[in-house]
Amino acid sequence: MMTKGEIVLGCLAPHPPHLVYADNPPQNEAYSEGGWETLRWGYARLARKLKTIDYDVLVVFTPHWQTYIGTHFLGLPNFKSKSVDPIFPNLFRFNYDLNVDVELAEKMREAADEAGIITKMMTNPDFRVDYGTIVSCHLLNPDWDKPIVTISSNRNTHYYSAEVMNEQAAALGRACQKAIEKSGKRVVLVSSHSLSHRHFTTEAPLPEDMSREHIYNHSNYVWDLKLVQMMRDGKMKEVIDIMPEFTEQTIAETDAGAFTWMMSALGYPDYPAEIYGYQSVIGTGNLVASWDPNDETREYVL
Amino acid sequence: MTEENNEPEILFGIYCPPHPHPLLCPEANEGYGKLRSAYEECRKRIEESEADLILIYSTTWPSIVGHQIQALENPVWTHVDDDFHYLGSMPYDFKIDVDFANGYAQAAEKRGLHSRTVAYEGFPIDTGSVVALQLLNPDNRIPACIVSSNMYANRAETIVLGKAARDALAEQGKKAIVVVVASLSNRMFTEHIDEVDDRIHSQKDDDWNQKILEFFGAGRLEDLSQLSRDIHGQIRVNKVVAYKPAWWMAATMGQHNNYTGEVLAYEALHGSGGAVITLTPTDGSFGDKEFDEDDVEFYHGDRNVLDKGML
Ligand SMILES: [Fe+2]
Repeated sequence: MMTKGEIVLGCLAPHPPHLVYADNPPQNEAYSEGGWETLRWGYARLARKLKTIDYDVLVVFTPHWQTYIGTHFLGLPNFKSKSVDPIFPNLFRFNYDLNVDVELAEKMREAADEAGIITKMMTNPDFRVDYGTIVSCHLLNPDWDKPIVTISSNRNTHYYSAEVMNEQAAALGRACQKAIEKSGKRVVLVSSHSLSHRHFTTEAPLPEDMSREHIYNHSNYVWDLKLVQMMRDGKMKEVIDIMPEFTEQTIAETDAGAFTWMMSALGYPDYPAEIYGYQSVIGTGNLVASWDPNDETREYVL
Repeated sequence: MTEENNEPEILFGIYCPPHPHPLLCPEANEGYGKLRSAYEECRKRIEESEADLILIYSTTWPSIVGHQIQALENPVWTHVDDDFHYLGSMPYDFKIDVDFANGYAQAAEKRGLHSRTVAYEGFPIDTGSVVALQLLNPDNRIPACIVSSNMYANRAETIVLGKAARDALAEQGKKAIVVVVASLSNRMFTEHIDEVDDRIHSQKDDDWNQKILEFFGAGRLEDLSQLSRDIHGQIRVNKVVAYKPAWWMAATMGQHNNYTGEVLAYEALHGSGGAVITLTPTDGSFGDKEFDEDDVEFYHGDRNVLDKGML
């Protein structure tokens, strides 16, 4: 019998394109003088940890593939194109060439379907992979040497409420966990988003001018840090319980359901999260963190 | 600048839906076909007009950093919709009026808005703009301008954005067709349907859509602008802070009710209300309503209400 698949790590991996822009990888057309080091250095540290972990695939839940009709999965083995951020095209014009684990995507879609979730495989070769997926995956694995699966964000927070989102994303998380177990694969989950998510609507002439960067307001900061404390304390069930309120109060990007999905798939960890860094990007609150189910390899990072 | 002696020439306005069905599968449902014919009627009217410019405000192009205006002279790409990718790809090759894009961005800045042009190869032009431009202007006979809809912008900012469009049109002396790409009720079915069975999501959405169409049909654009907050509360999914298209359309075309309105089609698009409507400025007058929402000429930014009254 095949060995049971498992989730070997869950990563909270925010995707402001600013972070890739600041890193100046050859794939990106824009050029920067740097910026947002707290997050980038944290990401680099987490990327180093990932290099020490044996895994087959990154499964990303992204807020920037927004679907109203169910949950969609990337369903072709390769996508190659240029991703231009519609909001920050001055920062992010990234040439990508990535591979998808279609077999796992299909298994997760089936499991979700069996759980009563509306689903769809995306098999149009002209489809452009969203920049949330690309930014998070690039920063976690700049070598792009692992296949990915991207899961779209169903917009049920907006269609119904954050409570409905929480329930549905949790159901999707359970379904994906089952599919992963059956697949025999070792999977890293990626929850791609900021915490508080109010942006400034103007940009400094030099976007990486760090003298201009700060959180949008103190209330968002306090909320974000409250969550960080709960993560340190291993209170993930409680975090998900207050997710609707957090999402509403800080216009958080958790509205997409990614975080609830990941925590549900991980079985609501009661062990401490690894914290890699918190910083604002154009006013939004961003945390790089991970959940390592393995007691032996779990680290106290920051 | 006094508007009285510097009026832009707006030939007519079009309100049309963003979803790709009329472009990609007009045969899949009789209603999609009717919407397609309505687009084609608009295309003919544009061809017969003396328009210099098609100016598009698209609700499916959200922005965060101010108001973005497309300024790449010849954007070429193949677009695929996030939800309706299975209906097919949408290759495009558009002609953009770069002078106007620059003029519009400057006019917006003059009125206190943050605005910028975007001119990048591969920039993802949104589904609504692609559908509208493909169907209304298939041979690029007339250059276009596309402006985004800022996620956080509310009434004041949106009205000022419309007035800035008027400033730029008057300044450059261009005759324009004004196009707003937006659904009426925007709630879609959250499951996949057989296109043949498409219908408006609920009776309530249909009732409100009919009421809005009555106003459009009577040319009461400013009344619709004033009713925007009610419309948002009643039949708009809260994806953004407000229903903004009528604000921008009225501020751009002229904040009054003196239009000849024509509803060319009204059909369901995966449950949402899709209508193709034209509004032509006229001398007649309709409506005797006065509203208490103040007009606004300049944008002064946030009022920082959060920081007031704090200890
Ligand atoms: Fe985002």
